Amino acid sequence: MVSAAEVVATVTDPELPMVTLAELGIVREVRETADGVVVAITPTYSGCPAMEAIRDDIVSALREAGFGRAAVRTQLSPAWTTDWISESGKAKLAAAGIAPPGAAPGRTIGPVPLVLGARAEAVACPLCGHAESERISAFSATACRELRRCPACREPFEHMKEI
Amino acid sequence: MSFADDAYGALTDHDDDARWAYGTGFADPLAGVPTTVAGDVDRADLAAYCLMLGDDALVMSHRLQQWVTRAPELEDELALANIGLDLLGQARLLLGRAGEVEGAGRDEDALAYLRDAGEFRNVRLAERGDADFAHLVARLLVFSCWRLALLDRLTASRDPVLAAIGAKGVKEVTYHREYAAQWVVRLGDGTDLSHARMRAAMEAVLPLAGELFSTHEIEARLAAAGVAVDPALLRAEFDEAMNQVLDAATLTGLPGAAAAAQGRDGEHGPELGEILAEMQELARALPGGVW
Repeated sequence: MVSAAEVVATVTDPELPMVTLAELGIVREVRETADGVVVAITPTYSGCPAMEAIRDDIVSALREAGFGRAAVRTQLSPAWTTDWISESGKAKLAAAGIAPPGAAPGRTIGPVPLVLGARAEAVACPLCGHAESERISAFSATACRELRRCPACREPFEHMKEI
Repeated sequence: MSFADDAYGALTDHDDDARWAYGTGFADPLAGVPTTVAGDVDRADLAAYCLMLGDDALVMSHRLQQWVTRAPELEDELALANIGLDLLGQARLLLGRAGEVEGAGRDEDALAYLRDAGEFRNVRLAERGDADFAHLVARLLVFSCWRLALLDRLTASRDPVLAAIGAKGVKEVTYHREYAAQWVVRLGDGTDLSHARMRAAMEAVLPLAGELFSTHEIEARLAAAGVAVDPALLRAEFDEAMNQVLDAATLTGLPGAAAAAQGRDGEHGPELGEILAEMQELARALPGGVW
């Protein structure tokens, strides 16, 4: 029989169905108790509407696998960071045409610096592999992605922002 | 039932009475988060403080949502909707925490939909309507510079829920501030017309900033207890970020902050009433309505 952790590991993200919740790094804990399975997840963005679907998908997957009772609890701290996305998750995002995030900005001492120009890090085009691209908009179909454009193949693409 | 098979069915397939006629009907965003409050922290003060920060986000979010379908370009529509969504998420956590600490049985929906304007504790800046896009980005810049500095310090709060909301919010509002700043620079350092309109917007919005740095007695008590941020301490960081933007935008000689209004005490302009009339209409007409 598969463990509850193995079941939860197979659940995919509703907005990014190419990656699992485990690869996204939002599953903190899966615990089998006498009262059922307790799953702890970390929200990605405060207002991410996918969190509700994610909760339901976890509970449904556990029920289908024979775990009758399951509860999903929120763990707010530490805050989710794109650094928790696994290498396999990043590879799957890139294969789906979404440029994966680079390293998240570290916690600064003192005020958060304000960047007025283009951000320093280069984002490679996931479609043709060109090393650089330009930002069209810092926001896209979801809060976690931005819109970019490749100067070589001229195609627009999405990039998962570093947070 | 999985979300992929039937999105509506999956979302409404709750054991509890999900409410989809209005509001969230969602699971408590604080489900499983410890609800404890340190013994020496005044619960009424903490609940009021959570409302202050939550109402700022809720009302600002509603104003941003009003720009959807009116933004100059699709990319900006997406940006404003996403910024509004981030703030709505922050509001849900903060109103949820307020209701939990208050202990009177009011959840996030009750606090958002069933309070009158006089019970809202948001700063007046959040409720001000935008005459044009320049007014919007001016207001968003002032709001984000201030809120980012506030949330950054809130990460050191003794209240673990506020500290966690702060840590998450810093990442989000950093992008909000950047978005607003880049538009203020583009318009301010643009054509004569865009410069003039950006200047007019800043002249209208900046006087509202006075309230942002005036310490309410509740904030003072909670700051002394290590729970809240004293907003008076945010001024230097705010000024530094604003000056960086305004210099790049060639906007100089702007007015300073005027005397503080008292949004924190429930004193609002007629604009908040208009927002609430729109936001609360369905929830008030059909209390607990389900479809």
